[in-house]
Amino acid sequence: MKLRLKIWRQKSQDSDGAFENYELDGVSSGMSFLEMLDFLNERLVSEGREPVAFDHDCREGICGACSLMINGAAHGPQQEVTTCQLHMRAFRDGDEICIEPWRSAAFPVLKDLITDRSALDRVMQAGGFVSVSTGGVPDANTIPVSKNLADLAMDAAACIGCGACVAACKNSSAMLFVSAKVSQLSLLPQGQPERGRRALRMVGQMDKEGFGHCTNTSACEAACPKHISVSHIARLNREYLKASLCGGEEELLSD
Amino acid sequence: MNWVGRLLTSSVGCKVLMAVTGAIMLFFLLGHVAGNLLVFAGADVINAYARGLRDYLPLLWLLRAGLLISFVLHVIAAIRLTRLSRRARPVAYQKQDLSGVSLNSRTMVLSGLVLLAFIIYHLAHLTFRLTHPAFASLDDYDVYSMLQISFQQPLLAFTYIISVALLMMHLSHGITSLFQTLGLNHTQYNGLIRCLGPALGLLLGLGFSSVPLAIMLRLLP
Amino acid sequence: MDLDAKIPSGPLAEKWNRHKFEMKLVSPANKRRYRIIVVGTGLAGSSAAASLAELGYQVEAFCYQDSPRRAHSIAAQGGINASKNYPADGDSIFRLFYDTIKGGDFRSREANVYRLAEVSGSIIDQAVAQGVPFAREYGGSLANRSFGGAQVSRTFYARGQTGQQLLLGAYSALSRQIGQGSVRMHARKEMLDLVLVDGRAAGIIVRDLVTGRISRHAADAVVLATGGYGNTFFLSTNAAGCNVTAAFRAYKRGAGFANPCFTQIHPTCIPVSGDHQSKLTLMSESLRNDGRVWVPRKQGDQRAPHEIPPEERDYYLERKYPAFGNLAPRDIASRSAKEVCDAGYGIGQSGLGVYLDFADAIQRLGEKTVRERYGNLFHMYQKITDENPYQIPMRIYPAVHYTMGGLWVDYNLQSTIPGLHVIGEANFSDHGANRLGASALMQGLADGYFVLPGTIGHYLAGITPGQVTTEHPEFGDVEKQVRDKIGKFFSSNGSRSPTSFHKELGKIMWDHCGMARTKAGLEEALRKIPELRDEFWKNLRVTGNGEELNQQLEKAGRVADFLEFGELMCRDALIREESCGGHFREEHQTEDGEARRNDAAFSHVAVWEHKGKEKVPQRHQEELKFENVKVAIRSYK
Repeated sequence: MKLRLKIWRQKSQDSDGAFENYELDGVSSGMSFLEMLDFLNERLVSEGREPVAFDHDCREGICGACSLMINGAAHGPQQEVTTCQLHMRAFRDGDEICIEPWRSAAFPVLKDLITDRSALDRVMQAGGFVSVSTGGVPDANTIPVSKNLADLAMDAAACIGCGACVAACKNSSAMLFVSAKVSQLSLLPQGQPERGRRALRMVGQMDKEGFGHCTNTSACEAACPKHISVSHIARLNREYLKASLCGGEEELLSD
Repeated sequence: MNWVGRLLTSSVGCKVLMAVTGAIMLFFLLGHVAGNLLVFAGADVINAYARGLRDYLPLLWLLRAGLLISFVLHVIAAIRLTRLSRRARPVAYQKQDLSGVSLNSRTMVLSGLVLLAFIIYHLAHLTFRLTHPAFASLDDYDVYSMLQISFQQPLLAFTYIISVALLMMHLSHGITSLFQTLGLNHTQYNGLIRCLGPALGLLLGLGFSSVPLAIMLRLLP
Repeated sequence: MDLDAKIPSGPLAEKWNRHKFEMKLVSPANKRRYRIIVVGTGLAGSSAAASLAELGYQVEAFCYQDSPRRAHSIAAQGGINASKNYPADGDSIFRLFYDTIKGGDFRSREANVYRLAEVSGSIIDQAVAQGVPFAREYGGSLANRSFGGAQVSRTFYARGQTGQQLLLGAYSALSRQIGQGSVRMHARKEMLDLVLVDGRAAGIIVRDLVTGRISRHAADAVVLATGGYGNTFFLSTNAAGCNVTAAFRAYKRGAGFANPCFTQIHPTCIPVSGDHQSKLTLMSESLRNDGRVWVPRKQGDQRAPHEIPPEERDYYLERKYPAFGNLAPRDIASRSAKEVCDAGYGIGQSGLGVYLDFADAIQRLGEKTVRERYGNLFHMYQKITDENPYQIPMRIYPAVHYTMGGLWVDYNLQSTIPGLHVIGEANFSDHGANRLGASALMQGLADGYFVLPGTIGHYLAGITPGQVTTEHPEFGDVEKQVRDKIGKFFSSNGSRSPTSFHKELGKIMWDHCGMARTKAGLEEALRKIPELRDEFWKNLRVTGNGEELNQQLEKAGRVADFLEFGELMCRDALIREESCGGHFREEHQTEDGEARRNDAAFSHVAVWEHKGKEKVPQRHQEELKFENVKVAIRSYK
């Protein structure tokens, strides 16, 4: 099939970007979206033109590297897939496809469709862990966890950190991402000792990175390729409030 | 008191402030609509109710003060959060598919702004009686006549009804949202909470708009 | 080349403990004076970087991805083995050790494998303490399952995302250290060369993938945790960015490369659908528990599968291996699929595919049960192929999955270069000629959490910290070589993209050094690869420049190394005149097509030493001694 592509091109973080139009013929419906871009890039290289830069790695929907706002939808029009799992059969011959990078103050564009999502890493560094060092931990089966709780924690832990929630949110809020981690660890017994501190610190860092606030539109849940539920956001709010209002002294003392 | 500052300046805390002040105003609205509906019981009843409120003047002022504070905080929080979200996305998308996001949630700022204007007019109109010279000749507590005079003007009645419709939109998202923001959720009740916003919004909307409608259609005694 | 494995003396079960006592220690107050570079942040790299920082060392961690959490360990589905014996079904450290040695077709080192089995239980403890949400029983204890034909249930799992959850656990430990400032994380930085000073690993040269800046990093020890080289084949289940560059640079600087021909081909992957294909997706091995593998009896039969009556179908695995049937081990199932396809019975447009049919299972168990068991896999299959496997049989074909070979390391996980340690898939140590299912995660984490943090101290205790800085002339020399090489990529002004060369190399490798190898084929590959390499340097086109984010340049650098490394793989495969594990030489098979090992001549690790540009590398041998297990022949009839 033949497509008209409208792609955001930007040389570097400091330079201005603009959309460029490309006509691409010979796209097969079996291609994944990224393979279609590979195909475009091979063509651009053969013409001596600069190929389109985009993030990708595992190409099986788990590493979270691929991104792209495709026709206004994070990871494209299909539900519960990442861009690398989206196939061209979702489009029709003659379609115009608009491809943009994630847009957020916290995700500066580095080149073309590549953004810097290290803000999410910094949020994790602020508290997305259980402070145990290697060794000196109890035998695994001495920490019983009910099956339902483990399943619920796993639902939250399925987050791949792609940033689609931020991209889809009208406020560029990272609440779904942050809540998935806070939720996972606050549900499990292992996460209890640092529960309040974690919520306070991760939200603090999230604000510092310049993400917006949550207006409970659920756009993030709809865009999430792993279908992480906004109920985790409610849990984060609860954790945060509890830690703020009636946290132990250790929480009040921590920065 | 460090924690208060931290709470209120954080995005989550600011939302909590929105939710709590919103909830206070919601309670007021429930009382307000109940009072309004007395109009259907006739002039004597509603006017007596208006007079009765004045008997508890200190309490009334306390309520008014609480309401005013809530209102101001709600607006301040809204301004702060809106600025925050503007800053969070300096470059807009060329194309953004918002089909999955409800209209109500997308228009909170807009409906809020219209409501702000409406409330100012509403206070000037019925509390301070600045808009209708005809009110001057009325008894201090003749609410019934004020309503009759006002809502027989179709333009004003429509303005009220449209404002109430916007209030309905604002509430149907706001009420459900405040549960989420305060972390009040549970798998068992999530369905209920999701319905609560639109349901309560609709009820309040019907309650409020029934008065101008009834007067306009001359259904009142 | 000194190939002393430094295996501690004493009985097998006491070696590791004894060694832990005998190793030199760095005093707690001194640890912060040592700087360690860790390259790669998969399971092995993240766990090592975090553990080393927890001990007090200064750690510099590097990854080419935008975040350490994206390393390809994340894609592992099935699970992680550990000899916990929670189900009390007869498992033990020795049984896991024995299964791993036997599974590896007796081409791995006893002491290393035993240690792996020994620390496997601690990995589960560690992961659980970090909050990894493993599957649980209703009573709250951890759930186990049997995997890959093992006779005991020793596999722990977190849905179909065990690799992801374990990596996120290690990543959280790493994040904690980064937050505390004890690890400096360098994401989007690619190691382009290793710097040796006085024969010791002293640092690395790195390119910033965003700005193109080349920088030098000095350290007291360097740890490579850079994964496997499956992408030499272009099409594999590896991530697009996986590459051999770091390991191959180390090889060129003098580290021995062990058993490069040992690659694992996974039998159940989604087949190639066209020239545009950029990667292959694995479908969990568990599908073969209920699916039946078949091809039409007629060559080139283009009928739809349901139109082919049962008597015109060849259930070839059931026919050839009546005892194991569809559950025959990975290498055998893969090879059989290739045989039928090569003979013209393959299905699909390309003819490179076989059916994995669930019709019988659905009839027997009902669709509901099948959905419960495999629903997520069927869903994934449907997303990719747009075919409903409940109605149409799945099409599958083998794909390159894991590489057992890697940089040679001794018992301390140190390569032949002092100070250069290699962990995870990047080393060769534990899987011999074939890796068992659910053992890759185990090895990566064992190395990173429990082995390396101890053994590296033994090395560090013997040197003075901070002796070499980036001002040393060696750093200047190596940096210049790196810059020259980058310049060379832009100078050819040809017309072909790096990817086109990669594809061509992949085809040569797959055809001649893939599932079944022959002398003639390997010789042909050894002729073709240098030709392709020549053309690469003459006719390459890299757009843009080196001082910017340039994915074409990144790709060119990786392909350049694959083009040399592929040759080494073929060379190794050609000399190993036997069939064992993932290495099948058609000349060496029994009458009924089974692998024939040659223990007399090849019970050793082949270690390759780089001898300089355009020179034939030298092959060394580390003899393998089996004192605790009886070397046997695998049979699956």
